[in-house]
Amino acid sequence: MAVKREKLGGGEPVASDDFRIRQLRARDMLRGDLEGTDLDTYVEERVLTTTMDKAVAWARSNALFPATFGLACCAIEMMSIVAARVDVARFGFEAFRASPRQADLLILSGRVSIKMAPVVRRIYDQMLEPKWAIAMGACSSSMGVFNNYAIVPADKFMPVDVHVPGCPPRPEALMHGILKLRKMIQEDPDMGWREGYGARGTEEVVPADDTQDSAVNVFVPRSNTAGA
Amino acid sequence: MSSTDVTRSGASEYRQMEESITMAPVERLGTDELDQELLTLNMGPHHPATHGVLRLLVTLDGEVVRDLKPIIGYVHTGIEKTAEDKSYWKAIPVIERMDYLAYYFNAMAFCGATETLLEVEVPPRAQYLRVIHLELNRIMSHLVWLGTSALDLGAMSMFWYCFRDRETILDLFEYSSGQRMHTRYIQVGGVADDLPDGWERKCREFCADMPSRVDQYNDLLANNEIVLQRLRGVCPLAESELLKLGVTGPLLRAAGNPWDLRKAMPYSSYEHFDFDIPVGTVGDNWDRFAVRVQEIKESVKIIVQALDGLPEGPWITDDRKVALPPRHELATSMEALIHHFKLVTEGFRVPPGEVYYPIESPRGELACFVRSDGSSKPARVHMRDPSFVNLQATAPMTEGSYIADLIATLAMLDPVLGGIDR
Amino acid sequence: MPDAVGLELLAEELREADATSVLDTLYFRDKGQVTIAPRSVRTVLELLRAKGFDALMSVHGVDYYPEEPRLGVHYELLDMGALDRLTVKLRVPLDDPHVPSVTPDWPTADHQEREVYDMFGVVFDGHPDLRRILMPEDYEGHPQRRDFPIGGEPVMFTIDESDGRAYTQ
Repeated sequence: MAVKREKLGGGEPVASDDFRIRQLRARDMLRGDLEGTDLDTYVEERVLTTTMDKAVAWARSNALFPATFGLACCAIEMMSIVAARVDVARFGFEAFRASPRQADLLILSGRVSIKMAPVVRRIYDQMLEPKWAIAMGACSSSMGVFNNYAIVPADKFMPVDVHVPGCPPRPEALMHGILKLRKMIQEDPDMGWREGYGARGTEEVVPADDTQDSAVNVFVPRSNTAGA
Repeated sequence: MSSTDVTRSGASEYRQMEESITMAPVERLGTDELDQELLTLNMGPHHPATHGVLRLLVTLDGEVVRDLKPIIGYVHTGIEKTAEDKSYWKAIPVIERMDYLAYYFNAMAFCGATETLLEVEVPPRAQYLRVIHLELNRIMSHLVWLGTSALDLGAMSMFWYCFRDRETILDLFEYSSGQRMHTRYIQVGGVADDLPDGWERKCREFCADMPSRVDQYNDLLANNEIVLQRLRGVCPLAESELLKLGVTGPLLRAAGNPWDLRKAMPYSSYEHFDFDIPVGTVGDNWDRFAVRVQEIKESVKIIVQALDGLPEGPWITDDRKVALPPRHELATSMEALIHHFKLVTEGFRVPPGEVYYPIESPRGELACFVRSDGSSKPARVHMRDPSFVNLQATAPMTEGSYIADLIATLAMLDPVLGGIDR
Repeated sequence: MPDAVGLELLAEELREADATSVLDTLYFRDKGQVTIAPRSVRTVLELLRAKGFDALMSVHGVDYYPEEPRLGVHYELLDMGALDRLTVKLRVPLDDPHVPSVTPDWPTADHQEREVYDMFGVVFDGHPDLRRILMPEDYEGHPQRRDFPIGGEPVMFTIDESDGRAYTQ
């Protein structure tokens, strides 16, 4: 049977008669009146897929494996979250994997220089779906303290899910960012920052040819957002 | 723009990049019937054991390292160029983010250079406060080094112990300046603010605890057979070689040369304090380890002496043309308001000249070169970072040793890539 | 530190060895600075090493734009025995930025001269491996020259007031 995925919550507003139809079907289900294909569709849409989605999202969000990716000062504060005061093991995220193949969260901690950007992108590409990225600190989210020739903001070359501001952000702030990401994964895996990249789930949509703008870097510099 | 481009063949871009790196002439080994080939291994820039984004091109003969070429620049931030764009006061936070484990030292070198140019005097209380915070930073840097080095060697629990003490120090920093890292506490002419109530008591509690903690760390590691085997006698380098390579700091002291700028050319009233300089004998990894651990204890001694002898007085120079006036004066004095305005918008003008101000950072001689052309922005700021120079010693140290020894040596070298790449 | 008199005596000795090497001396903020001709840097440093300055602490570049000759290289020497420091400076013009490399005599200058080459474009003749160290290998331009633009990009914000959107949680 073909499984139809349905958006959880969010999405386009539901027309009122759509709701009425669903209400009637629910009533029929409770009465035991749904038969045949109707019943199959109902079960797929409501019971199995939804609960399954939720269970998978719950499992994924509570067992994120961050990749060890410390670049600069923010890396020291990232090491602090593994340390005893802000203990990331409480949430299950203490298993930092060195290999990108085994990791599913990339915490970009530190300033990304132009020499490092292709390396970061390559590491990000080597990670398996589903994967998320947190831009930790001011330097990776925007250019941070250094608005100059040598730094690249992370949004320019890879999709980022959560930006954590700070220079460096306190370990508690980074924890807040990670927990926000966890909430995002649990509740609305299709929504969030990635919507801007035209992604499906966590998969990035890469344009088929070079003439289109890349899905990443959706920010067209608008005229009145002159830099800091 | 450059007229000296390296000639390029028609290979792909990536291969072209590789071509420009010439390996040292290491001959192909062919003894007896076995024809051995050398393997070039690329370690990094993303690697859990390279203390940051350091890329090493290692030429291996089996597991033995024959040659090593470090490639850096992966966290180059253009700090020196950014500092030219900002006034002296506003450049301090930028300079601080260079060597990100020794941020007080970066600020101290820059402020010291600027004060030398301005010929402004730092009040004695400010000097003592600077010393206290610098030594706390030194302890913190050595703790991070100890935790991450033990992690590299496999002794994972040290990481948590060291970071626990680091949290206490960061609490002290947060209490005195408001920020955990990159605190912008050391300003031109003194320090940003006086110590709050209760800071001294907390600091003394920390200093009372720390020597016994260091002893505990020693008990954990120093008598451990595995740690001893991995560090004792591994990758020594003679003192003359180190001096030729310009290596300073704990690496040089481990080889037997007691060169420490705090004792040799004291700055900021270090001459008032009585402390020892731990010196090694052989210059192998074990000595580097022991020297740094002992330095933590010496720093605690300095902090206690500084707290005991902390003089009263202003914490920043009285020269209103350099330091911001206290805020309560702005309501009553017109000159204070004008000074405040000028300092915040344009900044103070520094007389033209060039100054090189060296201090002793946890990794060696950290110096700041400032060239001023008479305006309110520095014309050139260069940080002579110790890790940048110390990195050149990696290749001579690790030649002929195993990869595992290479990892241990890198850990004992304590490179901080922020300082190397600036 | 050698005082002003000591600095002049030192300069005299350097001139005795090579008459045109020393261009200028300056005693500024209790430290001696000697300006030399670029071609004589190796001999001057060797002479200074014989006088006790056996540690080369730093090699760094300066761009003196708009004064000519524009590019400068500074060598910071340290005498560990006598606790002295001395700065040796030289200037090269932009159209002929060649300086003999001191790396064969002072191995510490290896990475540091590469950095000066990378950031300023000063070519060190005789350097065993002169290529870019901090910027990518194929980068064009020398970033720390004064006329190189600082660069940077406008910060990309999510919500822009001109869109008329308000930020909601």
